[in-house]
Amino acid sequence: MSEKVIDARNTFCPGPLMELITYMKQAQVGDTLELLSTDQGTASDVPEWVAKVGHEMVSSEQVGDVWHLKVRKMK
Amino acid sequence: MRILVVGGGTGGTIVANNLARRLSNEIRTGKVRITMLSASDRHMYQPGLLYVAFGQMTPDELYRDQASMLEPSIAFHVDPVTKFHFDRNAVETKSGNTYEYDTLIIATGARIVPEEIPGLAEGSETFFTEESAVRMHQRLMEFQGGTVAMTVSIPHKCPVAPVEAMFLLHDFFKARGIRDKVKLRYQYPVNAVHATRNVAQWAKPEFEKAGIEYETFFNLREVDPVKKIIYSEEGTELEYDLLIAIPPHRGSEIADDNDLGQGGWIPTDRFKLTMDGRENVYVIGDATNIPVSKTGSAAHFEAEVVSENIASLIKTGTQVREYDGKVYCFIEAGYDRATYNAFDYVNLPDLKPASKAIHWFKIAYNQMYWTSVRGLL
Repeated sequence: MSEKVIDARNTFCPGPLMELITYMKQAQVGDTLELLSTDQGTASDVPEWVAKVGHEMVSSEQVGDVWHLKVRKMK
Repeated sequence: MRILVVGGGTGGTIVANNLARRLSNEIRTGKVRITMLSASDRHMYQPGLLYVAFGQMTPDELYRDQASMLEPSIAFHVDPVTKFHFDRNAVETKSGNTYEYDTLIIATGARIVPEEIPGLAEGSETFFTEESAVRMHQRLMEFQGGTVAMTVSIPHKCPVAPVEAMFLLHDFFKARGIRDKVKLRYQYPVNAVHATRNVAQWAKPEFEKAGIEYETFFNLREVDPVKKIIYSEEGTELEYDLLIAIPPHRGSEIADDNDLGQGGWIPTDRFKLTMDGRENVYVIGDATNIPVSKTGSAAHFEAEVVSENIASLIKTGTQVREYDGKVYCFIEAGYDRATYNAFDYVNLPDLKPASKAIHWFKIAYNQMYWTSVRGLL
């Protein structure tokens, strides 16, 4: 099990959720990824995708302008 | 000072030419030497592959002789790197030669890996290689009606290519007079028709106007090429008659063979464009892991930053600027309209309505590229 931080602050194309999915594909089941994003939409986009695909949303918090979203790969 | 450029694509060629011009005096006096190592003696204009798939360009139009693209002062060798020895500032090549450097620029690009998704290679057409683009055009010409589905796997080069391909499919079948017999279906990994919010806001009504149906949150898991069904990670499925795929990509085989980074993407500082932990190694273009589009445009702007900084370091001992995430991409909205997507790390793209003028500028750029890659434009 490993933890990895994906710094997607100030990125628009391909954007934070695409970055998360990219790294999620490379991760092992049980790994936790933390996505950093300054895009407001990410706070709702990520939990929606995580629920749809069946991973686990570990935490979501905003620190200053940055969203920190932790996701555990479940399959 | 020995500068070694590994890779002869857009980024590698622009950085080498730009350096050769900026350092012409130093090269003349023997203070600087620039060498390029590439896997091919030809240079391909990769964006042209989309036009090949739709019968608007022929493959021979995509190529120029690589040596003719380079400043004469650059020592060019078709001899791909097989091994990086960062601790002793050297690379080994396929021919068995060793090249030492003081400054290294890695511009080894990306490759498609359809084999990572079961059934994808057998069950789909694509346009990311010359062979596949030619085949896709043949399939499109043979197609008589049914569902044409597009799937988008990530990561992939040129994030606007899927949107462009859908508009081109619409106009292609309209021109053939069978648009009413074709259902166009677009499957996209995130919850919009494009990952960049403003591109999605522009493209969605355009899709609806063209009658292009779409499903979002569709990450391709598997293709059944016999039953002609695609399955998503999210649990949905779709039957198709012709599948057009944006296949997943990885970094170059050289990057993978040398274990340079996860997915073959080389860990790179997004501002300095140096390889993590190596101040004398720069990485540009598709090869990096930085969170910007994998496009020739990004490679171009990165190459300019790197060449300006290396030249300035040699001349004054100081770098001049950081990469600001600048990217500029045309977006074809069909056979005769286009818009563009320009952004950086701070500024979101602000898409304008598609126009004929931008389309014709893109068509002109398809030829202007050859001056751009020489570093003249």
